[in-house]
Amino acid sequence: MPTAESQCALKRTPLHGVHCDAKARMVDFGGWHMPVEYDGIVAEHNAVRSGVGLFDVSHMGEIVIRGPQGVDLIDSLCSNRAADLQDGQAQYSGLLNPQGGFVDDLLVHRIASDHYLLCVNAANQEGDFAWISDHNSFDAEVTFASADYAQLAIQGPQALVTASKLTGLDLAAMRYYWFESGEFAGVPALVARTGYTGEDGFEVYAAPGDAVAVWQAILDAGAEHSIRPCGLGARNTLRLEAAMSLYGHEIDATVTPYEAGLGWIVKLGKPAFCGRDVLAEQKRRGVSRKLVGFEMTGRGIARDGYGVLVDGDEVGHVTSASPAPWLGNNIGLCMLPVEHAQPGRDIDIAIRGRPVGAKTVRTPFYKRTRQ
Amino acid sequence: MSFMEYPAEYRYTREHEWVRLDGSTATVGITHHAQDQLGDVVFVELPSVGARLQAGGPFGAVESVKAVSDIYAPISGDVTEVNDSLIDAPEKINEDPHGEGWLVRLAVADSNELPQLLSAEQYAEYVAAETDG
Repeated sequence: MPTAESQCALKRTPLHGVHCDAKARMVDFGGWHMPVEYDGIVAEHNAVRSGVGLFDVSHMGEIVIRGPQGVDLIDSLCSNRAADLQDGQAQYSGLLNPQGGFVDDLLVHRIASDHYLLCVNAANQEGDFAWISDHNSFDAEVTFASADYAQLAIQGPQALVTASKLTGLDLAAMRYYWFESGEFAGVPALVARTGYTGEDGFEVYAAPGDAVAVWQAILDAGAEHSIRPCGLGARNTLRLEAAMSLYGHEIDATVTPYEAGLGWIVKLGKPAFCGRDVLAEQKRRGVSRKLVGFEMTGRGIARDGYGVLVDGDEVGHVTSASPAPWLGNNIGLCMLPVEHAQPGRDIDIAIRGRPVGAKTVRTPFYKRTRQ
Repeated sequence: MSFMEYPAEYRYTREHEWVRLDGSTATVGITHHAQDQLGDVVFVELPSVGARLQAGGPFGAVESVKAVSDIYAPISGDVTEVNDSLIDAPEKINEDPHGEGWLVRLAVADSNELPQLLSAEQYAEYVAAETDG
């Protein structure tokens, strides 16, 4: 249990008081005092799959890149090609170290050809800013902008109708991974059709001082669809069912995009970027280990860090695992030697020292049906 | 939650188990506070009938979506009954932690261990102190 003093040292989002007033269960999440659940992870998870849920993700970091060579700075450090973006388009990418491992994973938004907004992980934001600044040999200005933004995620099949009530922006016409700036719930905002749940949805960036009003407006707009405020617990189970990577679990400084099954964010054809040589070599020779999904066949729940056994020998580890509230089974992702990483293999998970049966499967575990 | 909601005839551990003695049979479960901290319970792992439990020793686990909680024997004894209904209905632990959500029954080896455990009032104070930090 954190003490009162340590809780005071934790960082708070502009919605901290709202979460506490709502009696959400609060935890220390990477130095932030964040809601892990409101009324229960299962109910929140299933609300997002069947209706709509609202998340406070204001702990995420924002870094702004401006200047004529801003895109060159981004493309020198990230694995995907920012130069491909048009105004109003977003892209998932990897900020890589020279070994081809992840400094962080991030979303790159092109606001204008000389103006980019990077959305990065909460726990990495200071390090990302230092990394990018230290490598800035371009005509570009790097600004740490996390304090300028609150971020709310509206996710689920009813996210579109809910969010559309609050803005004149044509959200129905907005394509996946595109965004627009405009008025939302009566305040200036950037609204992106992005998310981390495997559902349709929007992420709204607004000024911290407007966050409480926007939060309440979204809850009111979603009331007819039984919108639920959701905590980070459901955010984690939702992204796991969708087999999306979480920094510190599937990916970290020692894992490359190819190993994590993220080869699609590596553009080896673009000019030199940090980690490119290692990745080109890995692409040519093939990876030695790979992320693969599994589901439990025996009675037990796998958890992060548990060992993975093949024929009784520990050959890998679980990167993330949990009961899957919507699918109703127990699932996980694990890093295995490539010879064991094909779907359909029998493996065992070491649960409290006892091997329990599981089978490797294709991911994602859950895929929404697109309308 | 006031201490009044923790049954006065039970005894409690600092690991958040409760025990109720009926003659030489002890019924064991986890407390309201424990289930509240865990959230929705989705899985329990319990010993078999006949297993010998040592006071303070781990004897299984209760799991929610987000966490695993080991459970410890409040008192020594041999398992005489296991609440098998929890396999299909683990949510009973959330709904009625001090009643229908019981975990195991034991043939008590030494009832002198019981007074060493916390009273309802002591346990409620312990929980309040832990929560307030």
